[in-house]
Amino acid sequence: MKHAPSFGPLAAKRRKKRGDGPFLLAVLPLYAFTLLFVAGPLIYMVVLSFLQRAEVWGVVYTFTPQNYVHILDPIYLKTFVESFKLALLSTALIIAVGYPFGYFMAKLTAKWKQRMMLLLMIPFWTSSLIRLYGWIIIFRANGVLDKVLMALHVTDAPLKLLYTYPAVVVGMVYALVPFMIFSVYSSAEKLDWHLVEAARDLGANALQAFLTVSLKLTLPGLLSGIVLTFIPSMGLFFIADILGGNKVVLVGNVIQEQLMKAHNWPFAAALSVVLMVLTSLSIALYRRVAKVKDLEGLV
Amino acid sequence: MEDIILQLDRIEKRFDDAEVLRGIDLTIRRGEFITLLGPSGCGKTTTLRIIAGLEQPDGGRVLLEGRDVTAEAPNRRNVNTVFQNYALFPHMSVEANIGYSLRLKRVAKAEIKKTVAQALELVQLAGYEKRMPGELSGGQRQRVAIARAVVNQPKVLLLDEPLGALDLQLRHQMQVELKRLQKRLGITFVYITHDQEEALNMSDRIAVMREGRFEQIGTPAQIYDHPHTSYVAHFVGAANVLTGTVTAVDADTLTFSCLGGQGRVAHAGAPFAPGQRITVAVRSERVSLIADTGEGDGLPATVKEKNFVGGVLQIILAMADGSELVSSRHGIDSPLDAGDKVRAIWQPDSAVPVDLEAQP
Repeated sequence: MKHAPSFGPLAAKRRKKRGDGPFLLAVLPLYAFTLLFVAGPLIYMVVLSFLQRAEVWGVVYTFTPQNYVHILDPIYLKTFVESFKLALLSTALIIAVGYPFGYFMAKLTAKWKQRMMLLLMIPFWTSSLIRLYGWIIIFRANGVLDKVLMALHVTDAPLKLLYTYPAVVVGMVYALVPFMIFSVYSSAEKLDWHLVEAARDLGANALQAFLTVSLKLTLPGLLSGIVLTFIPSMGLFFIADILGGNKVVLVGNVIQEQLMKAHNWPFAAALSVVLMVLTSLSIALYRRVAKVKDLEGLV
Repeated sequence: MEDIILQLDRIEKRFDDAEVLRGIDLTIRRGEFITLLGPSGCGKTTTLRIIAGLEQPDGGRVLLEGRDVTAEAPNRRNVNTVFQNYALFPHMSVEANIGYSLRLKRVAKAEIKKTVAQALELVQLAGYEKRMPGELSGGQRQRVAIARAVVNQPKVLLLDEPLGALDLQLRHQMQVELKRLQKRLGITFVYITHDQEEALNMSDRIAVMREGRFEQIGTPAQIYDHPHTSYVAHFVGAANVLTGTVTAVDADTLTFSCLGGQGRVAHAGAPFAPGQRITVAVRSERVSLIADTGEGDGLPATVKEKNFVGGVLQIILAMADGSELVSSRHGIDSPLDAGDKVRAIWQPDSAVPVDLEAQP
């Protein structure tokens, strides 16, 4: 063939090649940015986790697996187990609150949807730290909650909920439930309600119709909600800090302490790597169990 | 005694302030193919949803085999629906979709498999068990929806414009198939459509709906040849509707004047007197055109245009007052040309007086 054809698959390939140049140039900054600020720190963290801490400040560039061995210390292992348990409990409660909320929100009229959306968004306009201090006012001994409960004669003495495990759980649920609501809502919004009617018409009662149709079709939203809430609840150290005092210690708290107070960067890095691997594994496991590949809202 | 399967008794329905159904009565016989025909917004879908139990009426009762089921949940009624958009479960295979109602009834797996295969055979989709709804064409989805609805052997099958989304050719084919299927299964069909041709083609009886009421209920022949109102005459088969004044009443026919001429119509014993206003419906294919003689029966008209539509030549006539009258015939052309003066005539017994109750 002397001349390349001006049509057909080959021509299309050639055209595409020519068209790729400017396209690549356009996405290059994006790739560079991602490499520099996302992949870079991650690689640095992994490298850091195999180094030794210096006597006073910084690190010594000698390879050692010691940091990972250190994690096997029962104190730290227990922290991991506790964090995992708290994350599981928080996520379960977030599902219990957030799923029905998001699901029924999708059934509202357009006007009410907008209003609910606004109400959910407003808290995000304030710093989450400041909102947590609000919980202190509610939870502290003789605080808002105690006064209300005692005025209603539900309890006779202050519950002193602040700096307890339940306070941390409530804080977690409060901070993370919007993410569950949004992802379930976006899934339920797309649900064709005629399908629920069809299920009822074919003999399903309300519960059967929900389980076989609505739940199945909103599962992607629920799963991405779980991913969006489970991972942070392993590491949101400031919630455990502010509402749990020093009584509830999570992996996030240990990392923060090692990094900011003990200045043991390599150990903090090793803890972070293990936390990351554990969460990735649990998500992979969950995806396999639930047999869902595409997580709504996540790639 | 007639074998009545479904009865609607003074059903009323309001949405906010809009009255959608104004106390409708309907009695449906076992094995009947009945069509609710009307334009969108006339309340036909609401009627169907009330029968299915997906909507609660504000007044009246639904009787299924004589039993009041008005308050019963949709899953308690042995009535199934073929939805307008098919409403196939997108996350289930064809097999799972069709077997859905049987699984709920805890029918044995082998039995379900057999029944599903039979249902697919019935709708000519044998071998499609493992396909997902997303992989099917519109017509195939339609068939799966029908198979899913009949597999449960419902007492009444409700079909909400099931052919609305299909192209014309497939629609005609499916009309024939649905009719055959209904004969074979012996299930009572309540069918909804806004397409008068579909209704005339398929139904044992047609209920023409208008603004939440039944305008006329009857066989296709009754509806087509003897419309009770100008609305029915116009909606079904687009008849010509003429208004005039009675001039003479004979034994079988009466003469009325209108549009600068006169027409005759069989009055079938209806009490008319000279001087009374009358509305008459005449089908376009019953209108013949003759040379204008200036006197005798017929209405003077001028040929306005000729259209060849669906195998029929339509001749549009301009009448004395500027209104239009349609005369249609087979063939592709006629010797008449635009501007020709003609007289429009018809046999008295091919015209029908309508809107009798509305006459002053």
